[in-house]
Amino acid sequence: MNEAIDSLHTQTGSAPIGTLDPDCLIACPNCDALQLDAPVPVGALARCHRCGTVLMAPREQAMTRIVMLAATALVLMVAAVFFPFLEISAGGMVQRSSLLDAVLAFSSGLMLPLTFATAALIIVLPSLRLASIVYALAPMALGWHPARHAVPVFRLAQALRPWAMAEIFIVGVAVALVKVAGLATLSFGPAFWTFSALVLVTVLSDTFMCRISVWKTLEERRQP
Amino acid sequence: MTTSAPHPIPPAITARQAGLVGCQGCGKVHHAGVSVCQRCGAPLHSRMPGSLQRVWAWLFAGIVVYIPANIYPMLLTTSFGRTTENTIVGGVMDLIDYGSYGVAAIVFLASVVIPVGKFLAIGYLALVVRDGSRIGRGSGLHGRQHLFEVVEFIGRWSMIDVFVVAILAALVQLDFAATISPGIAAVSFSLSVAFTMLAAQSFDPRLIWDAEEGTAR
Repeated sequence: MNEAIDSLHTQTGSAPIGTLDPDCLIACPNCDALQLDAPVPVGALARCHRCGTVLMAPREQAMTRIVMLAATALVLMVAAVFFPFLEISAGGMVQRSSLLDAVLAFSSGLMLPLTFATAALIIVLPSLRLASIVYALAPMALGWHPARHAVPVFRLAQALRPWAMAEIFIVGVAVALVKVAGLATLSFGPAFWTFSALVLVTVLSDTFMCRISVWKTLEERRQP
Repeated sequence: MTTSAPHPIPPAITARQAGLVGCQGCGKVHHAGVSVCQRCGAPLHSRMPGSLQRVWAWLFAGIVVYIPANIYPMLLTTSFGRTTENTIVGGVMDLIDYGSYGVAAIVFLASVVIPVGKFLAIGYLALVVRDGSRIGRGSGLHGRQHLFEVVEFIGRWSMIDVFVVAILAALVQLDFAATISPGIAAVSFSLSVAFTMLAAQSFDPRLIWDAEEGTAR
């Protein structure tokens, strides 16, 4: 299905590549090797001929899918924050906690900075990242010109990627459940399922994302 | 991947050798001297300036705060008036006592194996890419590249234990029966994760492949 495009290299094997126009070249972000910037067919995979890093992997209708999935994830995030997340009962006492409660757990004294960090990692940064993806790419999906400041906004989305830790939080929830299991009975609130769906949708959206193709589209559409 | 052709692959020409600069964000090639990428607006550097210094600085910061993270308690459990303190490793021991070996393995992996492995891997990469150590073309470079990708991908998963503490502390507030509150180690552990993530991000992977350029010259 995914055939590697090695022709990038064979075309340049003998030509003095340094004399070529920089606009028809692409440099591997990981190893700096120059290669011809040949068009990559939809569904194919272009790898760097030296280090094997995937340079481009354009998918069919990628823009529309990314935007739709990111918008879905944003809606799910709103629901996940406000509905009850987990419910615990022991000895007749019931404790409900929402995602916000989990975040505010560190809100005493020295732990306060950790409150902000947790809030950022599991709510603010994922939401900001999804919102910037929608903002930068929605006009692309509709075939319009890019929105104002689409370039810095998409750069922000890329920079936020390692710091948006919603999926790690879900694994944390699973571990916490096992730890509490001996102590009390637990049940999931609606927000737990919403948040899990959000993680799945985000991952799905990221698999369609090919950053070099997105940057190229943004660049092309900027031309009047 | 590449088929084994009878003729060997000619050495790659890097953007730096050609007097050009490649953008790390979007791959666009510019003439040397252009300082901002015209496609994505990212600052352009042939090699990230001071990359290794920043890697070492973040790495040492990460190691230093990892020490109190292991000494001080991560969780304070108060049950019927008795308070017990749990360090990271203590929490793993408890899980083993409960018989949840799988979860114990996940926590141990995320809070001990991954951080320590990351310190070693980043330190190793930063040591071997220094100018002095040139190695033959192709040998080991793919391995180093692979190691770097793994470190970059896996580092953030160490945050699991901090999130577990957050959830437990929010959830288990059952007055007399049981109360869980976070310990100071949660702060230093999350700082350690953040610092090593920054160390990995400061590392310029193009330095790995410069070793190849060294022998070709």
